[in-house]
Amino acid sequence: MIKTNKKIPKNIILSLENVSISYGTFEAVRNVFCNFKKENITSLIGPSGCGKSTVLRSLNRMNDLIPNCSLKGTVLFDGTNIYDKRVDPVEVRRRIGMVFQQPNPFPKSIYENIAFGARINGFTGDMDELVESSLRKAALWDECKDKLNDSGYSLSGGQQQRLCIARTIAIEPEIILMDEPCSALDPISTLKIEETMHELKKNYTIIIVTHNMQQALRVSDMTAFFNAIEYEDGDGGKVGYLAEFNSTKKIFNSPKEKTTQEYISGKFG
Amino acid sequence: MKSLYYQKRLSRNIGDKFFTSLSVICSLIAILPLIFLVTYILYKGGSQITPELFTLEPNPPGDDLDAGGINPALIGTLIITTIASIIAIPVGVGGGIYLAEYSKGGAFSRFIRFGVNVLAGVPSIIAGVFIYALIVSTKILFGSMYSGLAGGMALSILMLPTVIKTTDEGLKLVPNELRYASLGVGASMYTTILKVTLPSAFRSIATGVVLGIARAAGETAPLIFTALFSYYYITGFGDLFYEMGSLAVLIYNFALEPYDAQNKLAWAASFILVLSILSVNIFSRILAAFTEKTKRV
Repeated sequence: MIKTNKKIPKNIILSLENVSISYGTFEAVRNVFCNFKKENITSLIGPSGCGKSTVLRSLNRMNDLIPNCSLKGTVLFDGTNIYDKRVDPVEVRRRIGMVFQQPNPFPKSIYENIAFGARINGFTGDMDELVESSLRKAALWDECKDKLNDSGYSLSGGQQQRLCIARTIAIEPEIILMDEPCSALDPISTLKIEETMHELKKNYTIIIVTHNMQQALRVSDMTAFFNAIEYEDGDGGKVGYLAEFNSTKKIFNSPKEKTTQEYISGKFG
Repeated sequence: MKSLYYQKRLSRNIGDKFFTSLSVICSLIAILPLIFLVTYILYKGGSQITPELFTLEPNPPGDDLDAGGINPALIGTLIITTIASIIAIPVGVGGGIYLAEYSKGGAFSRFIRFGVNVLAGVPSIIAGVFIYALIVSTKILFGSMYSGLAGGMALSILMLPTVIKTTDEGLKLVPNELRYASLGVGASMYTTILKVTLPSAFRSIATGVVLGIARAAGETAPLIFTALFSYYYITGFGDLFYEMGSLAVLIYNFALEPYDAQNKLAWAASFILVLSILSVNIFSRILAAFTEKTKRV
């Protein structure tokens, strides 16, 4: 059965139910339950190795590309478990787009960078218009409207990242996943991207992994704090888990867990 | 206190100087054969170049007057190499794509990689004997025995490993981020390879293919068993099924003749062969530089 009858509130677009992800025999993250709200920005924070990027990549089946990566549990999107055998990962990625840590434009012109995804998704409308509106939404239009035929590599790092966001917007996904999109950027570019995210929130759901707690505080409505604990069998390996999930305000002002408090105040991580 | 100034007499500095000069000398010795070979062939063959060389058939050895030209051998080499490329490039690029993009490093792909390495080490004469046994002696190709087609097949065996390897390695050099980018906007594996990874690796694949062609064009041993040799002009499509001349075999045949005219023709053919292989190599460099530039635009 591909659709479930389970009651999921209408404003929940994506829901993780008891998700555990392993690389081979190494368990990266365990027993995650999490609901992502529609047209909201949710940030995933936590120390290195807690599995937050792994969880993010699992949301549009990017983990499929990593050999030996396996997932237990269900990821419900639009009432469908995207890990069901009958699901086509290509279709999942068309509806759940992704922006990566390193800006990775195609070695093509700025225009083509955006047109590529739209074209393969069967877009038949006015391509010029789509390119312009996507670049506008990503706050890049004014900076590159005169050089649409230049290579995507001719842009600065921050502009490249906004080009990648524009490229993702152009395929009109319902959710945009961002894996530390600002970690390779300077503060000014970071600010621009954050402004872009605020704009995008009106129409899209954004889930962002960030190492920068101030960023999580600035941009997100909800925050999920992931942590890692040592295995019970005590061989030194660590496994990630979702320690606390609440509105960003509560996570930063009155966290329930002691570890959350310690992490956001910079005692570890 | 020791001085901070550089001291020539210090044993470590002497040793350093010694090994630096030794490696420079070795690298010079390594390039010497190429310089001598090219100058000698330019000297011996360059003086034989005439317009008739490119238009005439070679005369049968015996009358010690005029050896004729190398037209059939020149065209033959072009045809045989083209046949080899038509077979080896699609199969090789396809195999390389499988190894780099689809295979997950399992037993099957390991076996293929191992096999390709073995094939690369197979002496060229074995490729000739193999095609001889498979095609020439069985007359399987419409009853023809020695033929340009069989020659092309033998050379394609030699080209295949180079093409597979360079495709495999060229694709592996394409950063994974680029694949993720394409798959992340909902492209299928097939679109990703065709529109993103292959164009990015085009430069290294094209270079490998061109070098493979250059190598195959100069092979002699496999052609002796398959295409043999012909003195006559290639006039039509049907000639593919008959003995076909090639520069390499012409050099082999005529260099061994006791007549001076034939020997000179062999030198001239060597000149043409070396020059064309050299220019193909240079072409592959230009191709690399050119595609590099267009990509940055």
